[in-house]
Amino acid sequence: MASAPASRSTPLPGFGLSLGVTVLWLSLIVLIPLSAVFVRSGSEGWHNFWAAAGSSRALAAYRLSFGAAALAALINCIFGLLVAWVLVRYRFAGRRLLSALIDLPFALPTAVAGIALTALYADTGIIGRILEPAGFPVAYKPAGVVRTVEPVLAEASSEVEEAALTLGATRLQTFSRVILPTIVPALATGFALAFARGAGEYGSVIFIAGNVPFKSEIAPLLIITQLEEYSYAGAAAIACVMLLISFAVLLLLNLLQHWQQRRVG
Amino acid sequence: MTAAGLREPPAAKALLILAALAYVALMLLLPLGAVMYEALRKGWGLWHAAVTEPDALASIKLTLIVAAITVPLNTVFGIAAAWAIAKFDFPGKAALIALIELPFSVSPVVSGLVFVLLFGAQGWLGPWLDAHDIHIIFALPGLVLATVFVTFPFVARQLIPLMSAQGRADEEAALTLGASGWQTFWRVTLPNIRFGLLYGVLLCNARAMGEFGAVSVVSGHIRGQTNTMPLQVEALYNDYDFVAAFAVASLLALLALVTLALKSALEWRYRHELSAVH
Amino acid sequence: MSIRVEHVSKSFSAYPALRDVSLTMNDREFVALLGPSGSGKTTLLRILAGLEAPESGSVWFGKRDVTGDKPASRGIGFVFQHYALFGHMTVAENIAFGLDVMRRSARPSKRDIAARVEQLLELVQLPGLGKRYPSQLSGGQRQRVALARALAREPRILLLDEPFGALDAKVRRELRVALRQIHDELGLTSIFVTHDQEEAFALADRVALLNQGRIEQFAAPAEMQSGPASAFVREFLD
Repeated sequence: MASAPASRSTPLPGFGLSLGVTVLWLSLIVLIPLSAVFVRSGSEGWHNFWAAAGSSRALAAYRLSFGAAALAALINCIFGLLVAWVLVRYRFAGRRLLSALIDLPFALPTAVAGIALTALYADTGIIGRILEPAGFPVAYKPAGVVRTVEPVLAEASSEVEEAALTLGATRLQTFSRVILPTIVPALATGFALAFARGAGEYGSVIFIAGNVPFKSEIAPLLIITQLEEYSYAGAAAIACVMLLISFAVLLLLNLLQHWQQRRVG
Repeated sequence: MTAAGLREPPAAKALLILAALAYVALMLLLPLGAVMYEALRKGWGLWHAAVTEPDALASIKLTLIVAAITVPLNTVFGIAAAWAIAKFDFPGKAALIALIELPFSVSPVVSGLVFVLLFGAQGWLGPWLDAHDIHIIFALPGLVLATVFVTFPFVARQLIPLMSAQGRADEEAALTLGASGWQTFWRVTLPNIRFGLLYGVLLCNARAMGEFGAVSVVSGHIRGQTNTMPLQVEALYNDYDFVAAFAVASLLALLALVTLALKSALEWRYRHELSAVH
Repeated sequence: MSIRVEHVSKSFSAYPALRDVSLTMNDREFVALLGPSGSGKTTLLRILAGLEAPESGSVWFGKRDVTGDKPASRGIGFVFQHYALFGHMTVAENIAFGLDVMRRSARPSKRDIAARVEQLLELVQLPGLGKRYPSQLSGGQRQRVALARALAREPRILLLDEPFGALDAKVRRELRVALRQIHDELGLTSIFVTHDQEEAFALADRVALLNQGRIEQFAAPAEMQSGPASAFVREFLD
């Protein structure tokens, strides 16, 4: 009688151990701590939850954090597309360097970025109060959009482009009617990623933002303030709202990626 | 691809390239330059004094310790996760991968908050910890936990697609040749993934050393004790000690540049390897 | 070493790859598993190797029931379709691998291992290439290395999964001859999977033609040609 060697019809060992370690570590470090947010935020009852998460100060903070993130993500999409275009389709001196630099944001600590930007922009009154918080998330996300768009752009069949040209389309038409539609899913994914990151951005923003409640206070800062006032449930409530929005964006991302695969594959 | 590039007129092409370069310069190089400039503006002497000041040195030490604990932990996890996901078939893989990537979409401040909620004075385990005089928040363990959370997916997300693409053939070959599971892993799998692994470790390390938001929440900001380098930068800045703040920041910026350089070097060699072997 | 497969079935999530397959192969026989893609031939080979487990049925090598045995303890050599050579090791290290990973008590001395590697390189007609890396070899050479590696532990049974699939016609012919020679010289029982009828008929003593998980006919090439057992066999052979 057959006795299955290891799991799932392959004799490769280590399934139990590796999956066990994975699930254990995942639960301990990610799942249980995250659940603490949801549990704690509701611990003082719905009324208090809404009082904290829906207070006018909190709403102002959300508007700022998410609004700035949306604006930043949009700007990044445009410039990210530009950079991806240039990297993929042209050869020029310094291309490799440019490609390497795009990843700088991932390596640079947010606090360093934060004070660097104060050195650049604080003294000049040119960058207004509105742009302040938006300016910094902007800098720190281009890599997201570029890296998402690049592979799709690279694969976009040049045959299809050539077909469009032989059919009489101008370059601009070819771009807007043929190329752009192909990369829209990737762009949307890049936007969602940039938005999610920008909304939670802290280090690069607090140095230069005014941090005035109701006016220039970002949501993460509000959470910290609540913590400092020992209002754990209040902090958790706001964090809860932020998490839910992040997860919604994640879900959207997943759907977008499905869309992208259906288009391409 | 080059043919496509020839289609745009040279003028448009040049304009686009310049625009891209300008954007990168403005957004990325300028801030970096600003840090270096501000750090060295008052001369090497002051810079040196700032980075060798006891609190600064303590923050450097703390940053290194936190990274030294965090990176190996997440590396082992990443390898385990990639092994389970890439070499076996089971339901729920996509969900597992999504869960692993969760920390990426959580705001750094929330990442720190979760541990305060668990271990802080008013947290779930707060009273118990107090009773046993164990300090997690406002001490090293808290810093490590927050950093582990934030850098959780780095190694895993590098290795999962890599090992999935490599498939099972090499491992199966080793098995038919009599190797045990561990032998297969050490002699066959590990060499195949070494560049991806290094890459993931590099990114994990960069983030671990540079993390600010999450660590800020759990830290307590005690100079000389619970300030990592990014936190020390903030502390100095809030004290209006700008030169010192930029000096410490310049070290971090240097770290970023080294990380980038290593990353590019790895990418160059990595692509070479990946295409040559299979 | 004779091989007996008894009533083996295997499905992959509702897709039945093998349906109640039974087969007996004699000692020192050279058998080809032939059939279109999806016929189950590779699944059968992998079950023989221990790389897959059957849902029902048993596999016997000689007098031993090896159904639950791991690949390492079955005494087989396996040659993969795309060679699965270890890219970071030299040719010599690849071939020696099966000996290097043996438990200390059973492992031959370094000198013996090196001698064996040389011997195998001669056998597959690649003398002196021990220090090269797989990436520096041609397809045909890599296949020979894969063969040498599989033979290092002196298996009684050699299993090959479409071994010549990725090679051009001339190289295939050369390798075919070499393989048969080695089979005869070493007294192996060999089973190889192919979708190429010409190859199967040229090399094998007996051919098992599979279709949708069942064996349509298992006979010597001549017999199959003169007396096809079913319409499928007749059509496949044309």
